[in-house]
Amino acid sequence: MSVLVEKADLSLKYTAHYNEVKDLLFEGSSEVLNSQRNKAFQDFVMQGIPTRKNENYKYTNLQPHFLPEYKFIHQREKTEADLNAVFRCDVPQMNTHLTLLINGWFYRENKETGKLPEGVILGSLEDIANNHPGLIEKYYAKIANTAEDPLVALNTAFAKDGYFLYIPKNVTVEKPLQLINLLQSERDTFATGRNLIVVESGASLQLLLCNHTLDLKTYLTNSVTEIFVGENAHLDYYTLQNEHNKSTSLHSVFIQQERDSSVTTHTTSLHGGMIRNNLKFILNGENAQANMFGMSFLDKQQHIDNFTQVIHAQPHCQSNQLYKNVLDDKSTGAFAGRIHVMRDAQKTNAFQRNNNLLLTDSATMQTKPQLIIDADDVKCSHGATVGQIDEEALFYLRARGIEEKKARLMMMNAFAHEVIQEIKIEALRERIDDLVDKRLRGEVAHCHDCSYNCEC
Amino acid sequence: MLSIKELYVSVEGNEILKGINLEVKPGEIHAIMGPNGSGKSTLANVIAGKEEYEVTSGEITYFGEDLLEMAPEDRARKGLFLSFQYPVEIPGVPMVNFLKTSLNEQRKYRGEEELTAGEFLKYMRQKMELVDMHTKLTNRSVNEGFSGGEKKKNEIFQMALLEPKLAILDETDSGLDIDALKTVAHGVNALRSPENATIVVTHYQRLLDYIIPDHVHVLYQGRIVKSAGKELAVELEEKGYDWIKKEITV
Repeated sequence: MSVLVEKADLSLKYTAHYNEVKDLLFEGSSEVLNSQRNKAFQDFVMQGIPTRKNENYKYTNLQPHFLPEYKFIHQREKTEADLNAVFRCDVPQMNTHLTLLINGWFYRENKETGKLPEGVILGSLEDIANNHPGLIEKYYAKIANTAEDPLVALNTAFAKDGYFLYIPKNVTVEKPLQLINLLQSERDTFATGRNLIVVESGASLQLLLCNHTLDLKTYLTNSVTEIFVGENAHLDYYTLQNEHNKSTSLHSVFIQQERDSSVTTHTTSLHGGMIRNNLKFILNGENAQANMFGMSFLDKQQHIDNFTQVIHAQPHCQSNQLYKNVLDDKSTGAFAGRIHVMRDAQKTNAFQRNNNLLLTDSATMQTKPQLIIDADDVKCSHGATVGQIDEEALFYLRARGIEEKKARLMMMNAFAHEVIQEIKIEALRERIDDLVDKRLRGEVAHCHDCSYNCEC
Repeated sequence: MLSIKELYVSVEGNEILKGINLEVKPGEIHAIMGPNGSGKSTLANVIAGKEEYEVTSGEITYFGEDLLEMAPEDRARKGLFLSFQYPVEIPGVPMVNFLKTSLNEQRKYRGEEELTAGEFLKYMRQKMELVDMHTKLTNRSVNEGFSGGEKKKNEIFQMALLEPKLAILDETDSGLDIDALKTVAHGVNALRSPENATIVVTHYQRLLDYIIPDHVHVLYQGRIVKSAGKELAVELEEKGYDWIKKEITV
């Protein structure tokens, strides 16, 4: 059999599966979700599982990750164990509203973690779409375009549940919200999560998302999150990725900002087998500000691919990107960032930087900035470096009595610190600093050998 | 304390040092002078343990131990200190963290109790006064954004903190204005004791007005071609290096 046929077969497996389970997908789901399904499926059929010929997936071969015989969860499952008891997040002093998801599904038995401000809604997308479709239909599948990305198409075809979060006009949520998606199953599992966040004008929110594997099954997560940030609204969106080496995490996040709004995304990828983060910003109003930070640590055969797109559609907006990677062993990484300044987006400031530290000769990193500028009065810059630990600096530290291993650790921590310090929640910053230090010492990797991953 | 015998050193196949002999005893100050390119910095870096230098023959002993067998960090822990000619900027490593780590690593090695954060800060403040070091500098990352003079001052500040047995000052005076030079010299003199020794590596005689050497050596084309007392430095300043070069060729 030729390679081509094999590849086609792989996509066919997923299209066949869709036809097989179609009734289950439509059953119990709101018209808001169902009305997108068939078109999304058609878009997936057209594109198939991305190969490296797809320019946007040039550096990441997803095909092998779609091969395993996964279990799909198309209907809500009863969770036997009380997840509140199984999983405890141990960020000390981190005073948050904690909410759990299981394999992408909103966990209904979440215990109360303090009262949210009036009017704030946090719940299951499936439930809210069924009971209050009006809240969802204005936003659902509006910026996650199924024709542009096969993973988004596949997600939209399969989407049943996830979380829905709504912050009404002028409401400030004082305590950060924390959402933890747990992966736990008796079989290798394909998890589809579909999330929607609406932060209305003048509202303010800090959100922390954690992804965790609770056992050593093979997982593929294909999640899509759409986020709408209204005028003069504010969102900090932190992500902590900490999954084992047999997990594939594909996350697509779309953020649309209106005028005077500000959004910061901050992604710490501590551990994971294969991670692909798609992040697309649409700056849809004047004077919007978008900050994107990413820090990853890889070893063994791990792979990460951060793919960002920023669309400057309006004038006077600012975007700022800083992504760093530390790569050990035979790990591989990619960063591709596209900044598109549209014709009317004068006075745009758009900056991008990607710095990478290779700890071995066999680790590799691909980095590709891309600027498309259709306006004439803009400031844009991009820069990328791939290097090793500065030997001169290392000698300087050693010449002061600091042992080589410790000196290297200091240098790696210093490299990561520039990104970590951008975390505004102090308790979280300290916690991540500590986790990063452990990760660089190789201690977190050990944690993943046990079946219950206790690290947050 | 330091004994160098017939030392030959190459860098990338070029022989830089060609048979150096030097004896340094406790309490002494040695000045190593010489024109640019004579091998002064190479000698300083070989003693500190920089790896790209290849010792092709000869030996260095430090308190009777084979120095060349030791890792740079072990040399430092045994009281060897190099004041760098070009101190490196290390963004992201805070000064205080760096200084505390180096001091405690050395204390640990010597079997002494490590200082707590509070104890360290108190100790650091005393030493800051000695070399007139500002908190605006200690609040930054290591050498980051420091001027040339501030970097040199920072080296002497570290020397004051670590209290080495043998300090090598590699061109610490170059690029300093007269006030900074005096501050640096004051720091070095204040740390002087009968147990400690200093090797001042310099191109100019100027620093030696403030740090009075017991011995002056002239390094030229990888060899020590002349050794004498402090008067040699004055002579070099007056006549330049040309007369030495002539003496050699004759």
